[in-house]
Parts: sequence; structure tokens; C-alpha cells
Amino acid sequence: MKLLEQWITGIIDPYYLRIIILMGINIIIALGLNITTGVTGQLSMGHAGFMSIGAYTSAILTLKLGWPFWLTLLAGAAVAALFGFVIGLPALRLEGDYLAIVTIGFAEIVRVFFLNFEPGGKAVGLSGIPQETSFSLVLIITILVVFFSQRLLSSRIGKAMYAIRENEIAAEACGINTTHLKVLSFVLGAFLGGLGGALYAHYMYYISPQDFDFMRSIEVLNMVVLGGLGSIPGAILGAAILTILPEMLRVVAEYRMLFYGALLVILMIFRPNGLLGDIRLYDLVKPKREKEVKPCRS
Amino acid sequence: MPVLELQGVSQEFGGLRALDGIDMKVEHNTIFGIIGPNGAGKTTLFNVITGIYTPTEGSLIFRDTPIASLSSHKVARLGIGRTFQNIRLFNRLSVLDNVKVAANWNRSAGLLASLLGMPAYVREQKQCSTKAEELITMMGLYEKRREYAQSLSYGEQRRLEIARALASNPCLLLLDEPAAGMNSSEKLELMDLIWKIRDDMQLTILLVEHDMHLVMNICEQIAVLDYGRKIAEGDPEQIKSDPRVIQSYLGVEQ
Repeated sequence: MKLLEQWITGIIDPYYLRIIILMGINIIIALGLNITTGVTGQLSMGHAGFMSIGAYTSAILTLKLGWPFWLTLLAGAAVAALFGFVIGLPALRLEGDYLAIVTIGFAEIVRVFFLNFEPGGKAVGLSGIPQETSFSLVLIITILVVFFSQRLLSSRIGKAMYAIRENEIAAEACGINTTHLKVLSFVLGAFLGGLGGALYAHYMYYISPQDFDFMRSIEVLNMVVLGGLGSIPGAILGAAILTILPEMLRVVAEYRMLFYGALLVILMIFRPNGLLGDIRLYDLVKPKREKEVKPCRS
Repeated sequence: MPVLELQGVSQEFGGLRALDGIDMKVEHNTIFGIIGPNGAGKTTLFNVITGIYTPTEGSLIFRDTPIASLSSHKVARLGIGRTFQNIRLFNRLSVLDNVKVAANWNRSAGLLASLLGMPAYVREQKQCSTKAEELITMMGLYEKRREYAQSLSYGEQRRLEIARALASNPCLLLLDEPAAGMNSSEKLELMDLIWKIRDDMQLTILLVEHDMHLVMNICEQIAVLDYGRKIAEGDPEQIKSDPRVIQSYLGVEQ
């Protein structure tokens, strides 16, 4: 790991390395939301709330209690997962727009809580968090998350989650405990959100409640929708593009967000199911059927 | 001993009494038809049996187990499979996955076992795949196993729904208007299929259907519903000649 780190910092410009690390963190977070919203179809617009909980938990444990880094990562993810469980419970009764509003409300509560939370530094936030998150660590964790995401989604539990998204009543009639799996999807999504938040806190030196506002939740949702709901390569691509895009758009200076928004609109018009939404390997290799040309009769 | 027994089952929606004191016994290995005019409560009865609704009154006993208050997935796991009047498939899952999802739920491997790919889990998955492939072969869908369910034709979608309902090894199969939208040759194939399922798998079939030709040919026992009440029950000959049934449903010859 040390060698890899030395090698990579030797050959890559620090500015690009920073973008790559943030990209990795975003991929982890987007893969989390992909399980909740992309696969299971539970619209969550408060993912920044889970990131916030993960980030603050791990930062406080590091700064105030001096826990080892790896343990604060796990603790941040676990506490976020616990809140995922709590917020998953209303998901049993609500769906679609109503659930979205509940999750927005949740993230706002978290934000306002940290604005007034003494050990979290209130509005000023927490600074002086040691930078423990390295390229190699993010790389390893990202690979692990991609691997286990893939395992989950191709397992019976993953397929059942897709089934809930496609038709909840039919899923129940097939013996799927939809209650159980909807809560599980929130727990897993929150776990990865919290993990990403904890990595973020230990990379940026500094966190404040503004880092995890409503726009942050929307950004993560954009990554998942842009890539294609329920698709792992999609979430990865979406996270990568939406991390790089704002940087590339620095050339247009103050019109940056304008271009960013316009690109999103254009992409959604031409690929309404997301970039990799309905593409499966099978469709690419499937032998094309010959089109029959029937003669017109007048 | 009957497979399914209903005692005084009533279902109210606000002031509307959709089912009114239904008593019914479905014997093992029979094909049991439920007929009645639109709005008679046939689909409501299916939804009560499968746990989508909890009946306001009465009890349902499925092979010695009371199921009236159980949730839908528990009823399914006990061994009641169903299809829906308006097809409800998992459109963006492959044909094979549609069936596999339903074949999975009397298995033991949990989240961790699936994430780590434990041997027990892998073995279970193999069994599920084999079972699902058998079923879609039986329904003539093997060639299409990798297509998305939404790309199938209407008749194929109906057959896929039956395959999915059979995947969990039910001993009672509920078919809600299986012949709706089919032409006469498809209906004949469907009749053969229903007989084959009943004989090969030794299960009991309860079906709601409007097509009288199909119902009278295939069902051994028929119950007639009207305004939520059961107005008659018997074999096809008895039903055809029952004056109440003729008046409310079959119509009087001029």
C-alpha cells in the first residue's frame, strides 16, 4: 500500500489525484443510493444526511476520543446505518413523492442538528481532522464496495429488491418479505453513505454542515439517475462524470453551474433511462434478428 | 380434508360489503371455478385468500393453518401461488429471473451467505435455477429466458405469470382470469396446460374466469358470486341449470 501510494503521488499531479480520490468517495456513496433508490425503487432525497452522520461521527471519534482511523470509519458507517434503519421504517407506509419528502425532512433535521451541535463545532464545523484517507485506501474500499454490490445485486436478495421496484404486490405474492427488504435497502444505502462521509471527513481536513446540504443529496441522486437506476456500472459512471464535470467546466468560470444544469437536461432528453440504464451485456452480444421486409400491397 | 376452507368470510370497504358471508370448501386436486358478473367480488375474494386484504369477518383455513390475518408473503410461503387479472410481472427482470425470484423464498441462506458466496448458498442457487428452467421450459419460454419480461407477447406474459406462481411449489394455485384477451386456439392450449399442471404437480386450482366455455369444460366444481354473496355452488351441470344463476349471470333465453 505504501509503495502504491508513493508511486501514484510520484506520477500524478496532486490536483488530479484529489479529483480521483473524490471520485472514488462519490462512487461509494452513489453505489449506496443505487441500492435504495436504483434497485429497490425507494426514492431517497436525503442521502447527504447519512453522509453527514458518518462524517461527523468519525471526525468526532478521531478528534475527541482519539480512536484509530479504521475504527472511526466503521463507526461512522454503522451509526449512519442505524439511522438508515430508523428512516427506513416510514418507508414501509410511504412511497414515491411522500417518501421523498420524508427523506428531505430527515436530511434537513440532521443538518440543523449539526448546526447547533456543540461537539461538532456548530456552524463553523470541525477542522484539523487528520488526513488519513489516501488514494490506495479509497481504491481498495471502492473495489470492495463494487464487488459486494455486484454480489448483492445478483443474489436472490438483490433480485428480490429489483422485484419490489418493479411490482410490490407481485413481489409479496411471490413470498418476498417486502417490509424487511425495503428497510434493508435503506440500511445498506445509509451504511455506504456514512462510509463515504467518514472518508470525506478524513480527506478534507475540515467539515461543516454546509457540506451536506440539500444540493449534496440531489447531486448524489443525479449520479444514480444519470448513470441509470439500478445499474452498478451506471452509478460508477454517473459518479465519475459528475465529479469531473464541474472541474472541467471551470473554463467557463461563472457560467459553470449553468452548463452543468444544461448538460444534465440534454443527457436526460437523449437517454431518459440514464447512460447505462437499459443496457445489458446480453443485449450487446445477442444475435440481431433479420428484419423481414414485407412487400406493400396497394 | 379440504385444502382451503372459508367460513363466513366478509370484506367491507367503508360502507360497501364486497364479500358477504362466503362459505366455501375447496377439495384437494380439484379445479374449482368462481364465476359471477363484474363487481361480484371475485377478485376481492382472491385478494382476501392471498392476504392482500384481511377479511372484516370470518376465517380462512389453508391445510389446517388459519391464514386470515397473515401478510401476503407469508401466505405465499405456506403454499398459495397466484396470477393477477391485470398482468403483474417484473418487467425489467429477465424471464428466468422472474421465476427464480419466486423460487427462492423457502431457502435458508441469508445476506452474509449471499455476499460471501458460501457453498450452501451456491448450491441453493443452482437448485433454484434448475427449477426455474424446468418451469419456463414447460411453459414454452425457454428460448426467451434472457429477454426482459416486458418484451414478451401477451400470451407469453400470461404463461410466465403461471410459471412464476408455480415456482414456490404451491399446493393451491389461484388463476385470476387466465384466458382474458386470448383467442380460441390459445384458450384451448391454456385448458390443456391447466390440466397438465393439476395432474403433473398434484395441486389444487382455483380460478376466476368469464369465458363460460372454458369454465364449464375445465372446472369440476363451480361457485357463483353475485353482489358479494355466494348464490350457488355445484358441478357444471348443476350450475347451468340453476335458475338463480341463469337469472343473474347466464341470462334467460328469449
